[in-house]
Amino acid sequence: MANNKTERVLMKGNEALAEAAIRCGCQCYFGYPITPQSEIAAYMSKHMPKEGRVFLQAESEIAAINMVYGAAASGVRAMTSSSSPGVSLKSEGISYLAGSDLPCLIVNVMRGGPGLGGIQPAQSDYYLATKAGGHGDFSMLVFAPSSVQEMADYAVKAFDEADKWRMPAMILTDGLLGQMMEPVTFKDSYSTPIEKPWACVGHDNKREHNIINSLYLKPQELEDSNIARYKRYELIKEQLPEAETFMTEDADIIVTGYGACARISRNAVIAARAEGIKAGLIRPITLWPFPNKVYREAANTAKAFLDVELSMGQMVDDVRLATECTRPVKFYGRTGGIIPTPNDIFEQIKALAKEVL
Amino acid sequence: MTSEIQLAGFGGQGILFAGKVLAYCGMYSGREVSWLPSYGPEMRGGTCNCSVILSDDKIGSPVVQNPSVLIAMNQPSFAKFISDVVSGGTVLADSSLIDVQTDRTDITVYSVPATDMAKESGLTGGANIILLGKLIKETGFISMEDIEGALRKIIPPKKAQLIENNMKAIQLGYDY
Repeated sequence: MANNKTERVLMKGNEALAEAAIRCGCQCYFGYPITPQSEIAAYMSKHMPKEGRVFLQAESEIAAINMVYGAAASGVRAMTSSSSPGVSLKSEGISYLAGSDLPCLIVNVMRGGPGLGGIQPAQSDYYLATKAGGHGDFSMLVFAPSSVQEMADYAVKAFDEADKWRMPAMILTDGLLGQMMEPVTFKDSYSTPIEKPWACVGHDNKREHNIINSLYLKPQELEDSNIARYKRYELIKEQLPEAETFMTEDADIIVTGYGACARISRNAVIAARAEGIKAGLIRPITLWPFPNKVYREAANTAKAFLDVELSMGQMVDDVRLATECTRPVKFYGRTGGIIPTPNDIFEQIKALAKEVL
Repeated sequence: MTSEIQLAGFGGQGILFAGKVLAYCGMYSGREVSWLPSYGPEMRGGTCNCSVILSDDKIGSPVVQNPSVLIAMNQPSFAKFISDVVSGGTVLADSSLIDVQTDRTDITVYSVPATDMAKESGLTGGANIILLGKLIKETGFISMEDIEGALRKIIPPKKAQLIENNMKAIQLGYDY
């Protein structure tokens, strides 16, 4: 597909993500088909064997995430992908990966829920990704790309950061970004996976054997492991938060949304500016850790926030926390696979402007 | 400048492919492009549509609500989308399959019996590309060179005959 390394190629978001994963050294892909992420599995099935790597269609999502566990424990880059109901099934395995400090990539191309829901785009798994990836005290890195180029770039970044911090990383995206095509450019070379002295690859009687486990029967040992993990989280919260801002410097109304909603909101912000409303946009790129600082700073000058999601309101909680409720945060969301138009969001901006300006 | 194009018809008519050709044209002429298919439990004979945006600026929403160009290849699509077309917009309709009638006087509608033309020329299945030929002629926002370049990129060399057939179809539409 993408042979010439610097050429712009037209690809679906799902395909671009898969290609980038291959290029940055993903050795194993395990998955199970579900709309709207199936192009990832299809692309992997075509290209991974050619590279001498592993593509395996598991018997279920649960099996796939546990295969990721095994592959990650051996130190290779491994990934799985699914859409919302499938990611619910993976929750148990994700918790085990986190409890065992194993790096991996999990991709969630969100569709409407709850239950089987629908197959059209949604963003209703924000809580699942950032708050409740599974049982127990843990977090995973969560990246929210908003273009096909970013689907590729953040797949690489997610692998890199997962390896660096020894924890699972998730790409949280939606059916719109997965299905759409845009031009994308791949780099000549990507980071190569780092040394993993903790991996279970056989010790040849030359060193102590490594143990990968999430079971600690002694309470103090379990607490110690939790505390150590949360110390790492504190470092991540300092170093990793990432957000993009657009026309926020003098903005009275800050619109915020991630992924597909950020794209649509950008049009709305431009429309608002054209009518003399000083609007701006904050687009969080890392959802965990959440880029609190950008919001806190914006709250110093902005008069109100408008959070836009394809959900009934999930990220809005974090926006309120980040702004410490110093400014009104209004919510606008659609669900069921309905995508708001830029004009829908523009109307919300106008209504909010009338209230607060 | 931004062109928002909606293509719609039955599954199997090459709606997504025609959209892809347009997107490639945009990309090779150095523009920003997006292509978004309707996806779902669709199948041959079901309805199918896709949104293509070509722009000199960064593209926000890839969803086309109000197309500046509508390419309609069946009656239900024509009926459904004609009211969405922006004032001053262009509609290309396959009049072999559509009874082309509208109250709108603020848009330009071109009727092209593309399906019949394709059949008569031994290019069955090429109606979508015939309509693109007409689009090139009437709007000029993509050039003949762009589209030929795009076809050469999309169609692998071992299927070179398809390139020829597609260019024939383009020419048919252009000359209509």
